[in-house]
Amino acid sequence: MSSFIEIVYFAAAVIFILGLKKMSSPVTARDGIVWAGYAMVAATVVTFFSPAVHGHGVFNLLLIVIAIAIGSYVAFKSAKSVEMTDMPQMIAIYNGMGGGAAAAIAAVELVRFAAGHDIGGGTVQLLAVLGALIGAISFSGSAVAYAKLQGLMKKTLRLPSHQALNISLFAITVLFGALLAFSGEVSGFTVFLFFLCALVLGVMVTLPIGGADMPVVISLFNALTGLAVAFEGYLLGNAAMIIAGTVVGSSGTLLTQLMAKAMNRPLSNILFSSFGSDSGTAQEEEIAGSMKEIEASDAAVTMAYADKVIIVPGYGMAVAQAQHKLAELVQLLEDRGVTVKFAIHPVAGRMPGHMNVLLAEAGIDYDKIYDLDEINPEFPTADVALVIGANDVVNPVARTNPDSPIYGMPILDADKAKNCIVIKRGKGAGFSGIENHLFYAENTRMLYGDAQKALGELIAGVKQL
Amino acid sequence: MIEGFTALYIFMLAAFTGYEVISRVPVILHTPLMSGSNFIHGIVLVGAMVALGHAESGLQMLIGFVGVILAAGNAVGGYVATERMLEMFDRSKSKGGA
Repeated sequence: MSSFIEIVYFAAAVIFILGLKKMSSPVTARDGIVWAGYAMVAATVVTFFSPAVHGHGVFNLLLIVIAIAIGSYVAFKSAKSVEMTDMPQMIAIYNGMGGGAAAAIAAVELVRFAAGHDIGGGTVQLLAVLGALIGAISFSGSAVAYAKLQGLMKKTLRLPSHQALNISLFAITVLFGALLAFSGEVSGFTVFLFFLCALVLGVMVTLPIGGADMPVVISLFNALTGLAVAFEGYLLGNAAMIIAGTVVGSSGTLLTQLMAKAMNRPLSNILFSSFGSDSGTAQEEEIAGSMKEIEASDAAVTMAYADKVIIVPGYGMAVAQAQHKLAELVQLLEDRGVTVKFAIHPVAGRMPGHMNVLLAEAGIDYDKIYDLDEINPEFPTADVALVIGANDVVNPVARTNPDSPIYGMPILDADKAKNCIVIKRGKGAGFSGIENHLFYAENTRMLYGDAQKALGELIAGVKQL
Repeated sequence: MIEGFTALYIFMLAAFTGYEVISRVPVILHTPLMSGSNFIHGIVLVGAMVALGHAESGLQMLIGFVGVILAAGNAVGGYVATERMLEMFDRSKSKGGA
């Protein structure tokens, strides 16, 4: 039996890797996750027959079944009902749960150790403690990330000498960890203090990070959880956990780097400084010109008689749930023979690829969707660039003003189109609080209003022609 | 039990595999992919089951119980979220007829 279990674990590990590979193309992506799903179910089922699970009484088995039922039910319900715009924070919460589970595994083993059991000693114990530390940080940190993106926690909290506080807290946590890892005998109380410190550390590290940087942080926590799972896999001698966890750890690290690069924010900046808190306010450049408003009907005419329209959707469009209205407008324009393309900034929405998901939800064909490098040369040939609820990703200051906090960030060159129409809720600055020079440009017209309402007016305008 | 150096080799090879597999993913799939890899570390469920399975004291059982709930949430939530996102790519593909 036990070699059969090993074979299933082995197969699961292989299928997870193949599944991830399949997820790298839009055509096979769905198969990838379904395969991985089967592998997960198989691995879970055979675990019931593992001697480690089986040999300790019916009560434990019953608890396992109940716990799986509770966890699955709650997660299934929430994942089915969540809006696509809220997906990033849901990923954060599921990821945090994984980190918490890894920490819980280590906790059980360490409490067993405190009660006099041998759990492997030496390297095994060290890795278990490391995994516990990482998992616990990922757990509480992800919870904070969730709260921030969900709008439960609006302000970025920064205590006086926050950095020094974090470093000392980290040192204390490591000290407790070392105590657990290297001493022959530990008390349950030390285990408790260790986990308490690690959980507080996760909160403290995440608190000062602003909402705009949160996707990168979630991705980082995802990679960390993978690593924690791999370490706990070593503790339990489970190769499937080691392989799957490590694969996620390394791929998650790469993904984190890609995201940080797209935002032009080195990872260390994101983690150890808050966005624009110390710079950026004083060095604002004087803005020439003024914002010029446009009526929806005029904007509709401009677009309807254009040859080429490039649409730049941003998070504001998603918040207003305007993607379906947008799809309708695109259809109308295409019926009139206008070429419509979508320009997606790598961090449009809340994470790389988030906007593509939202557009796909509205049934927009992904052949019309272009990324930054593909679309930027096309802006000068476009008659209209329609910016909907996007701000920082089209701010030309990123190209022109070296003092700006977003200087050097790759942007979409919407300002190079012949006309630029910006749909925006109000006159305020964007997520980062930086004034957008595009809005003051000679060829830019502002269409104020909620994206949903403004697009409705545009549709009505185009229909009248 | 997996011996020290064998584990190190597994770790090293898996790390390279993860890096290589992801490096060819287009940007449009980054969010589903993060969600998908989030699902894959849901394999922690297997470990949590073992931990709860051999728990002896009430405290161990309590921690193990919470651990299995969390792990099951990770796996199921990760799967459903990823599948919902990827399903939309599927549909838009067939609709567009590209």
